[in-house]
Formats: sequence, C-alpha cells, structure tokens
Amino acid sequence: MRKIAVQINGRVVEGEVEPRLLLGDFIRDNAGLTGTHFGCEHGVCGACTVQLDGEPVRSCLMFAVQAHGRRIATVEGMAPSATELHPLQQAFHESHALQCGFCTPGILMTMEAFLRAEPDPSPERIRAALAGNLCRCTGYQNIVTGVRLAADRMK
Amino acid sequence: MKPAPFDYDDPRSVDEAIGLLARYGDECKVLAGGQSLVPLMNFRLARPGRLVDINGIESLGQVKVENGRLLLGAMVRHAQVERSNDIAARWPLLHDAIVWVGHSQIRNRGTVGGSVAHADPAAELPCALAALDAKFHVLSRRGPRVLRWDQIFVSEFTTSLAPDELLTAIEVPPQDPSTGVAFVEFARRHGDFALGGAAVSITLARNGTCSDVAVALLSAGPRPVRAEEAERRLKGGQVDEAAIKQASAAAVQGLHPTSDLHGSREYRVKLLQVMTERALTKAVHLATRRAA
Repeated sequence: MRKIAVQINGRVVEGEVEPRLLLGDFIRDNAGLTGTHFGCEHGVCGACTVQLDGEPVRSCLMFAVQAHGRRIATVEGMAPSATELHPLQQAFHESHALQCGFCTPGILMTMEAFLRAEPDPSPERIRAALAGNLCRCTGYQNIVTGVRLAADRMK
Repeated sequence: MKPAPFDYDDPRSVDEAIGLLARYGDECKVLAGGQSLVPLMNFRLARPGRLVDINGIESLGQVKVENGRLLLGAMVRHAQVERSNDIAARWPLLHDAIVWVGHSQIRNRGTVGGSVAHADPAAELPCALAALDAKFHVLSRRGPRVLRWDQIFVSEFTTSLAPDELLTAIEVPPQDPSTGVAFVEFARRHGDFALGGAAVSITLARNGTCSDVAVALLSAGPRPVRAEEAERRLKGGQVDEAAIKQASAAAVQGLHPTSDLHGSREYRVKLLQVMTERALTKAVHLATRRAA
C-alpha cells in the first residue's frame, strides 16, 4: 500500500492505495466523484477522460499512485457555481449534445482542453478532436454543434 | 477488468532503474506511458510481478539536438513530438507519423520509448524510425548498447532488449532539408490500428534523379519492413509515375501480412501497394518542390 495525495478539482484527496488501483477508481471510490465513468477500461471509449495537469488523459490507463502530487480535473470541477454551468456544459444542454450522458464527462474534459488550444475550430477539427470519445446515442452531430456554440460564446 | 496485484517501484534516476532491472529481471516490466501495457494488464493478458515506473526520471523526458542529430529521451510523450515546431521542420516524417498514433488523450501520455519497446507491427513510430535509420540507446548494469532498427525489432511485440536493459533514447540522424517525406496509412477509423501504411523519405538530385530513398511499411509483417527492392529500383533513376508504380509493386513482393477479420492477406498486400504508391507520390511531389 502507498500513501498518496492528489489534488482533484482544487481539493487535496489523500488515500492509502494498492499500486494496481486505477486513477479512475481512485477518483470514483476514494474521492467520491462519480462523474468520471469507466466504459471499456482499455483506453478506447474515452468515457473516463480526465485532465492531468490540464491535459486530457485516460484515467483507466494510469495508476492512482502515478497521480501523487499532480493536479487532476474532472467534470465536477467545471461549473463555476451550483446554479451555473460551464459555457461548454450549457451549450451541450441547449444543443441536445447528450442523451444518456454516459460519455459526456469524458467528452467535456476533452473538449474543454481542445477549445483552450483551438478557440475557433472548424467542424472538421471538432470531429477530429472528438475521435477519441465514443458516443452511442447522439450520432455526434449535436456534439459538434454544441462545441461550436460554446466556442462562439467563449470568444 | 482490473490489473492483478504487482509490486511497484518508481525510481528517480536511470541508474536506480537499471539497478532494479538487474535485480528483478524477468519478473518486472518497465512502465513508460502505459497506453499499451495498462490495457493488457486490465485484461490480465499481462501480469507482471513488478512494475518499474520510469515516469519520475526527468532526464528521460528531454528532446535534444546534438551535432544535428535528434535525441529523443525514451519518456518523451507523443504530444511533445507533435507540438515541436523544430521536429516538424527538421524531421517532418516523425511529425507526420506521430499524429496517426491513437487519439490526443493517448498521445498526451504515450511515449516514444514505450512505442518502440512495445514493438507493435501496426505502430506508426517504429515504422517511421525504420525509414529514418534511427538508432536506439540501451543501458544496463552490463554497459551501454546502440542498436539499429533491424537489431532492436525482432518480431511481433518482441524486441532484442534483455530483461535487465532499459531503452534510454532514440537517435535520429539529420535529414537533408531538400528531402520529401510522406506518411500514409489506412485504418477503419482514425486512431485505430492501421491495416497498412507506408513511410517514405526521398531526396532528388538537381537533375531530378533519386539520390536517396527509404520506404518502410507498417502492418506488413511481424516487424517494420524496409522495402529494399523498391528502394534499389528507385535509386539513381527518374521518379515518374511509372517508376512509382513499379517500385510499389516491388515493395509488396514476398510480403506475408497476417490475415484476420479486418482484412485478408490478399487485401492487405494490395492495400500496402496502394499506400506505398500514395506515399511515394506525395513525397516525390514535396522533394521536387524543395529541389527546385
């Protein structure tokens, strides 16, 4: 067992964990943040995407011990307050960019970083950036619309 | 699923890491970016008794240029290569290959050393490094070794690295600025394992003849393939459409890619020929512009 301290959405979460514990399980079980979802558990579906020091990574392909002393962002940290959504979340809501919502946290974590790097993306660039996240409900059209709407508002 | 239990070390120096590898040998596996190893562990297809996590060794994460040669530390992330303007300008084939690796989330974490040590015949980086005649720096308590691509890549998921050896750096020779390069591949979806692909680097003399050329193929066999017969035919001659067609046909002579549900052997051979043709056409176009 190892003692670790991980900063998640600004809060330091401590735990004593087995080296084999995946980062996503630490986030869900130890930090109690269940917005991060495990889908495939082998890096294909993108549902478990979180940000490690600001960069999107798969939380199923990292061990919690590797996040010791690092900064993690999850979907729970996006909204500025309990009554207000992040512009990307608001745009997803309005554009019907989600149905069941299972994939949405991973997509939001990916797209938030993408819009920071490319604030004015073409629909083609948005599609390319979405390639690592699977969604079985929407057919992606409304996700692209939502990301574009958020980009317009965040300018 | 979840990985089976394992012991875990996170050394802070290369010396400490090779000490651990010397001590535990076969029992342990080196953990670099983990983007291939951890999926295998999650499925319990891999059950290493011990992981030596080299993410904490800062010296392995550096990109250096020495005497015109590019030195990529084993822990350089794919995203670092992708974002480097210097690499895009001076080693464009590396940049063109790396954007095909997985998805952005994978490239943020995946490493160049990990891609090499994993030795997937469908991987982009080993193929590009074969075309670039890269060298691989390896270290153990027994001393250093420098390997060529055809010495390190042995077969599917198999390298010549001994259990006590650590890949520390990849060295890429300088590239002639007039060289034209292209990396093309075909996958059902971008980010999937490629069914076939080709990396080409070609330099043209002033009179338009080919002075140097490298053609490497991925998903063409158990390890990266250099299409030597195609290279021989192209060298010294005019590289027109007919020459490209001939060379591409020669490139796939005698290849035995695996047949599976994604594509039969016949289909893959045909695909590799088309990929080679496209890569050559694109690279020659660039080289012609640069030579002019």
